[in-house]
Amino acid sequence: MLIDLGIKLTLAIVVLFGVLNIAGLLTWVERKQSAVMQDRVGANRAVFYLPWRWAAPINWVLRKLGGLGLLHPLADVIKLLTKEDFVPETGNRFLFTLAPWLSVFFALAAFAAIPFGDALKLFGRAIELQVAHIDAALLYVLALASIGVYGVILAGMASGTNLSVLGGLRAASQMLAYEIALGVSLIGVIIWYGTLDLQEIIRRQGASLWGWIPQWGVFVQPLGCVLFMTAALAETKRVPFDLPEGEPEIIGYFVEYSGMKFGLFFLTDFVETVLVAALTTVLFFGGWQIPWLRPDVFSPTVMALLGVLAFTVKLGFFLWLFMTIRWTLPRFRYDQLMRLGWKALFPLSLANIGATSLIRVLVH
Amino acid sequence: MASLSDELLHRIREAHKRRSLSWWERIYLPAIAQGLWVTAVHFWRNLFLHIAHRLGLFRDIPAAVTIQYPDQQRKTSPRLRTRHRLTQRDDGTPRCVACMLCETVCPAKCIYITPGEHPDPNVEKYAKSFDIDLGKCVYCGYCVEVCPEDAIRMDTQIHDISAFSRDGMWLDIIELLHPGTRTVTDPPKKFVQLELEGFRKLKSNPSNLDS
Repeated sequence: MLIDLGIKLTLAIVVLFGVLNIAGLLTWVERKQSAVMQDRVGANRAVFYLPWRWAAPINWVLRKLGGLGLLHPLADVIKLLTKEDFVPETGNRFLFTLAPWLSVFFALAAFAAIPFGDALKLFGRAIELQVAHIDAALLYVLALASIGVYGVILAGMASGTNLSVLGGLRAASQMLAYEIALGVSLIGVIIWYGTLDLQEIIRRQGASLWGWIPQWGVFVQPLGCVLFMTAALAETKRVPFDLPEGEPEIIGYFVEYSGMKFGLFFLTDFVETVLVAALTTVLFFGGWQIPWLRPDVFSPTVMALLGVLAFTVKLGFFLWLFMTIRWTLPRFRYDQLMRLGWKALFPLSLANIGATSLIRVLVH
Repeated sequence: MASLSDELLHRIREAHKRRSLSWWERIYLPAIAQGLWVTAVHFWRNLFLHIAHRLGLFRDIPAAVTIQYPDQQRKTSPRLRTRHRLTQRDDGTPRCVACMLCETVCPAKCIYITPGEHPDPNVEKYAKSFDIDLGKCVYCGYCVEVCPEDAIRMDTQIHDISAFSRDGMWLDIIELLHPGTRTVTDPPKKFVQLELEGFRKLKSNPSNLDS
């Protein structure tokens, strides 16, 4: 019992720190990738040195890290932590403080159901590499992703200023438009694999189609994959779906936030990007499955570790892809966004359900 | 002529009409894929070049258009109007004959000259002090154009001019003859007057940029 608790705690800590570190690194990736894409150099100036003589090798490393811009996240955190923590007079102090915590908490809690590896067999125990083995994990993730919007709306309302209320309302209507398409586009996946358990969905993606194509979601549900990725990008509230933030017009729901409270919203965006990349990997790209690698080539432990590596590589690719999309596409206009959500994504995902059900019935 | 304007109007109306998008354009995905392709190609090309540069390869192909400004300076054209300098005779005295043309033509009225009598009767006058207030200067270059003696030029290629106070923007005759002798933190001196002997002694200044 205690050992089980220890294992779960270890997994939880690994996932929490892994996600937070990836999210922190994403601030660096965002700066550097956008720079490299646009033929610029990007952040490379933040650096500090230790004053002692014996620290010369450390200073050498620090200089190299600074040259790569890797010390900028550190500088950001110091700046955010030392800024004035401002609450507007018209705002509600309690709700104002609660909002960023709500949004970051639900984004992080959703990771509990994401499996990042096959069952690892150690000391006669099969450890599922997933913090919480939930039978309806898919519903759990979707539910938490939807609750996350409360943080945003609360931030908009509790600030008590017009622009933030407008940002909150925009966030609410955008989430409503895309959350539905998000959920409905996943019904095809559920129909095909016949389960809501994410670990089980990944296992069933290990089978192959006509003997050579891995039965990944993207191959059996191409339309569902595109719809999901579009809706999921809207979920992260980043460009091209950053209507709630809309930097050039309304600053958005966090216009009144400063210091680390703003930092938490910023972090939430990155955590949600990681979440969306992880979900895309799990549902449509085989999770930890390695295509065309038979499970009896290596020992089960090595296979499980290779699976974790495969999951990380796929996750990295989708983080790169989402970052590229974020720095390539312009923002949608509000009416275009609504039209895309209600008149394109939603009917298409309904059609996808129909087509999938038909094929499923015919195949069996 | 009425028919012509009708035709013109028609053409304007046609030009203003929005072409309706085809189905292929309306699904956006091909255009998005094209855009992603362009940025991704830039990304991987530049990333490869950045890594190659670290390893010492392909140094002649730039990976970024950035100029790391304080460390690298942009190459400026010689005809660019940059900070002023005064040219010198062979003995280190200023070429300036204090004819006051530049002070007169200056639209910003930022040049201040104190003339002195030159021992050589062919030269007649020289500038005891020559001051430019860069805080007022508009870099029009009229002073260079009007000078009959080629005594003032704007070719030092210095354009990062900054100071801690308005007085710090003041250039005296020593700084004008030998650009770069005064640092930003030095207290500014106004109307520094030198005799001809004084200019000759300045010639031994190591930071003499004049040819």
